[in-house]
Amino acid sequence: MLRVDNLNVVFGHGEDSNQAVQDVSFQVDRGHSFGLVGESGSGKSTVLNCISGLLTNWDGTIVVDGIPLTHKRTISFYRQVQMVFQDPYGSLHPRHTVDATLKEPIAIHKLGNANQRVERVLSEVGLGPQFRFRYPHQLSGGQRQRVAVARALILEPEIVLLDEPTSALDVSIQAEVLNLLWEIRRERGLTYVLVSHDLAIVSHMCDTISVMKQGKTVEIINREQLRNGDITEDYTRQLLIAGRGYDRAAIDNFQDF
Amino acid sequence: MTESVHEPLLSVQNLWVTFPSLKKEVAAVRNVSFTMGREKIGIVGESGSGKSVTGRAVLRLLPSYARIEADQIAYQGADLQGCTEKQMRRIRGKGISMVMQDPKYSLNPVHTVGRQIREAYAIHHRVSSREAKNQTLNMLAAVRIRNPEQVYRLYPHEVSGGMGQRIMIAMMLIPKPGLMIADEPTSALDVTVQLQVLAILDDLVSERGMGLIFISHDLELVSSFCDRIIIMYGGRIMEIIAADELHNSRHPYTRGLLNCLPRIDGERGLLPVLMRDEAWLDEEYLSISG
Repeated sequence: MLRVDNLNVVFGHGEDSNQAVQDVSFQVDRGHSFGLVGESGSGKSTVLNCISGLLTNWDGTIVVDGIPLTHKRTISFYRQVQMVFQDPYGSLHPRHTVDATLKEPIAIHKLGNANQRVERVLSEVGLGPQFRFRYPHQLSGGQRQRVAVARALILEPEIVLLDEPTSALDVSIQAEVLNLLWEIRRERGLTYVLVSHDLAIVSHMCDTISVMKQGKTVEIINREQLRNGDITEDYTRQLLIAGRGYDRAAIDNFQDF
Repeated sequence: MTESVHEPLLSVQNLWVTFPSLKKEVAAVRNVSFTMGREKIGIVGESGSGKSVTGRAVLRLLPSYARIEADQIAYQGADLQGCTEKQMRRIRGKGISMVMQDPKYSLNPVHTVGRQIREAYAIHHRVSSREAKNQTLNMLAAVRIRNPEQVYRLYPHEVSGGMGQRIMIAMMLIPKPGLMIADEPTSALDVTVQLQVLAILDDLVSERGMGLIFISHDLELVSSFCDRIIIMYGGRIMEIIAADELHNSRHPYTRGLLNCLPRIDGERGLLPVLMRDEAWLDEEYLSISG
């Protein structure tokens, strides 16, 4: 469904240039969920931005559904691939109601039936009709992220790119949003690419996980390997230990990678 | 209670913090009471639970329109409520210090790192500037900054997040406080750096026999780091529990918070969702659950 081959991204020029992504390759089968995990600066969000078309200065190959992508995307691409962003406080227009936010993609793609589509998608993400004419400031963080998910779903995409969809939320709200994403994927047979810094979230949501560090892929493992500790790279092992909480003795053995 | 040995380091009794607004008053902290000695105590809660406001109320760092009421806020037996602003300035830093969440916003961008830390020392100690500089360099080394001389001359924008947080800790430790309040000191950091910073804090706290209040939203992290945990919800204390007893907690809110976390070795599928109960905020419920 999605294949990325030797993706490279360089920001800046000359001496100041910084290779944010270096030779990253992976593929995701239809209906599967793929996780990108890494610390800040590992290039995980940059990979997502390249796939979604937000970044155009990449080299390499990105293939969606058998069709190689160019830097310029067609309108039909955006019906196929949609993205949910990290910060629900920043990604919704403060002066657009939920209704206006959700109708914009329908108008762009000239789909028609706007009212029915909005009603349907709102109930699908668990927001009642009473939320339809509210502004973002009248919603809680979890409700806003539901609107962001609804905006991605309203075009009925096949691939949804999720960039840290719950890191701005409290843990109890995080559970609700993860459950929502889980159910929607099951019902619609969607393909997910999920970016997170939290190994537990990625292992909960994804079948295959790529661990990234400083723009490079450290290793690609499946969920079972992660659960069994069947890991070849020390970096992944350290991330796993760090995720278990504070252990004074283990911290002295941490290395800088 | 008469001997200073048995005197609690910090005692807060029946603390209420209310913010007036046009429509109605918002009680951010309601009836919070706890006492602590020279230990690591964690305050955990979701956003809006009043955990940060509690920490700030102790140091009286809230905006002037906030109304702080308490039967007692005592540091080493001395009531802080009766203190004048001048007396509070002596307590802040030397008695109780506070580490903030984000070094990007909490360090002064136009002063060098060295100057800021030195100032924190010089305010509370009458020393020569050479001595203050030496103390600053020692402190930077103590928070495991490898090249203190070089970092001393840097400006905050020139250091990484992890180093910025260590600089803040150095600044807060240099007046040698008896109690440190750390308000989400590591939540802006990567997980390995976060643990390394906590290890530094842990070592220095036990070396000096200080008390530490660690405010965080991360229940698992706090339970592995602190001795006791205060769990807050809606401005109230739900329960105070020893960290190693956390997983045996029977309070529905604590249980709910623990259960809704995804785990690497957990089951897939839907996560249990936290069901909130209005009754948790009632006086009667609290007095029953004790």
